[in-house]
Amino acid sequence: MSDAGGIGELLGGVRVCVCGGSGGVGKTTTAAAIALGMAADGARVAVVTIDPARRLANALGLDELENEPRQVDRARLSAAGGEVRGELWAMMLDPKRTFDELIERLAPSVERADEIKRNHIYRELSSAVSGSQEFTAIAKLHELAQADEFDLLVLDTPPSRNALDFLEAPGRLTAFLEGSAIRTLLRPTGIGMRVLGRGASPLFGALGRVTGLDLLRDLSTFFALLGDMTEDFSARAADVERLLHAPTTAFLLITAASDAAIEEAIWFRRTLDHAGLQFAGAVVNRVHPERPQAGDALDGLPADLAERVAAALADDRVLARRDRRNLERLADELGGEDGPPIIRVPQLDGEVHDVAGLERIRAFLFASERERARLTAKLAG
Amino acid sequence: MTGLLDRRLIFVTGKGGVGKSTVAAALGLRAARAGRRTIVAELARQDGVRRTFAQPGGTFEEVELAEDLYTISVDPESAMEEYLRVKTGALGQALGSSRLFQAFAMATPGMRELLSVGKVYELAQFTRHTGGADPYDLVIVDSPAAGHGIGILRTPRTFAEIARVGPIAGTAQRIAATVSDPGFTAIVAVCVAEEMPVNETLWLRDQLHADGLELGAVFVNALLPARFSDAEARRLRAAHRRALGAGGDRSGSGAADGDGALGAALSEHARARAQREELARLRAGLGRSVPSVELPFLFAESLAEPELRALADVLEDVR
Repeated sequence: MSDAGGIGELLGGVRVCVCGGSGGVGKTTTAAAIALGMAADGARVAVVTIDPARRLANALGLDELENEPRQVDRARLSAAGGEVRGELWAMMLDPKRTFDELIERLAPSVERADEIKRNHIYRELSSAVSGSQEFTAIAKLHELAQADEFDLLVLDTPPSRNALDFLEAPGRLTAFLEGSAIRTLLRPTGIGMRVLGRGASPLFGALGRVTGLDLLRDLSTFFALLGDMTEDFSARAADVERLLHAPTTAFLLITAASDAAIEEAIWFRRTLDHAGLQFAGAVVNRVHPERPQAGDALDGLPADLAERVAAALADDRVLARRDRRNLERLADELGGEDGPPIIRVPQLDGEVHDVAGLERIRAFLFASERERARLTAKLAG
Repeated sequence: MTGLLDRRLIFVTGKGGVGKSTVAAALGLRAARAGRRTIVAELARQDGVRRTFAQPGGTFEEVELAEDLYTISVDPESAMEEYLRVKTGALGQALGSSRLFQAFAMATPGMRELLSVGKVYELAQFTRHTGGADPYDLVIVDSPAAGHGIGILRTPRTFAEIARVGPIAGTAQRIAATVSDPGFTAIVAVCVAEEMPVNETLWLRDQLHADGLELGAVFVNALLPARFSDAEARRLRAAHRRALGAGGDRSGSGAADGDGALGAALSEHARARAQREELARLRAGLGRSVPSVELPFLFAESLAEPELRALADVLEDVR
């Protein structure tokens, strides 16, 4: 067996690392641990987190009000065992604010920006839970990549159940803002007028009947306000596409070993391929390690206690078997030995909500395969 | 208060990875056993319930899983096609086949959610709009994970406000009224006993409250058994240390010193303890007004019908 390297080797030459995966698989923690590890190796790294656990955010000194990366104090890191030769920067995404800032940047005047921000179609758009997180996460990534102040950007992705939402939702919102379909409907005079007017086509008449004229009028106002900015959205969307397809951008799949998570992971990989995006590898969290057989250590224990210990092992082994089967399935899907690497992080005893916890995860992620096997065996025994 | 299973519509919400679909399906089984004709509706392209029961079928089909238990996977495109067909006749069909209109409708923020929740509303009607379909006693919605599924609950009202008048506004108003009628609709949450899910569940309760909605119950999923007392755990730790001392090479495959069993027991104990702490925090946060239901962790190689039936047994006390 070759001794493949860890995440560090995987991310050599990479400038943008997108951590995708379905919800509840430890994406935020993994993204933070990757950033910590790369910073430890000397890089200047920024991690963009989405909705981190409160305690983890506190541990990194994150402040949700800033919406800009901020350097994590070196002393804070080294006190918890995270020695960093480079720099670790972190931020928590504020979707609404990111959206507002984008409008402010693109609007021809402050007045126009304010008017857009007051428009209730915009307000709904920018604070709607579905879509706006994905759209603004990508917008933030793009902004940071343009500024070019970091060696590596690590992006955590929004906690959707469906990993694909992240790839599709921004496109949907961009399509809306570009308004190619809608502009066709809302020609200069505005659809509301045309539907009311005598010459309205049956199609527009039906549209008005289904959607209600006020909604059309509001949309018409919104797009009138956006004006030429719709073209900026198109240009930006093209930029973002280039960034995501760049050879220095890598997608990492973060998953757990449960049936549903693996199923989702396989689907995610296929979609990345389909979209022509670069799949760098998978991190599988919470893998139940294969534990050694019970032996004479239980001999001195009361019979009923020993029985319960044996039951705990038996139950644990059920999950270890499940994980092994699912990991084999994932490996087959990814192309086996020749495919991209799969990095396994074992089930740990507690949740990770501090730098020491990140450091533990980092050790597994950045170890070579052989070293990781040793660390896991130590944990299992 | 009306019992949970006496409503006609239950929205099961919760973040991804907490077992929401599993709980929705188990709740469906529980209701079906009580003789209620039940359908579990999955949104956002999910079809896990149907697959768990190893049943064939496509999206937007009402598939029978067991006696009195059905499932459907609702996607917005099919929902729109059906809505236009039923509501607007020939013109609507012309619209539905217009690519321009499709693009317009699907790009409009919230439209996908409105169409999905509109189909759910249709399923819950005493008289179904779709020709010849039988009514259900109970519709259980496996809500999408984004934003805790709260977006889908808000969408009808938002649309009613934005559109103000017209057919969409009318439909949206009727749906919004149904969602906020506690005699008709219950909103429940699924979570696991970890920091983030517990925080999010408490946040969800507050958000719903601010919207004039109430959280009906919280299902705390995947609770590990409390197999050992703390005193026993101390004893196991001591034994573990002795085994480690005697064992030598830890990575050796033939370590016959029993520390694998102790390792499993101690790891489980640590996680079970952390879970109990989070569970206590959740209960304290919820207070008396929102009941919580505990569901055991299932040590199973895969989640199939027998596992769901086991969970439905645990839900037997839920009324």
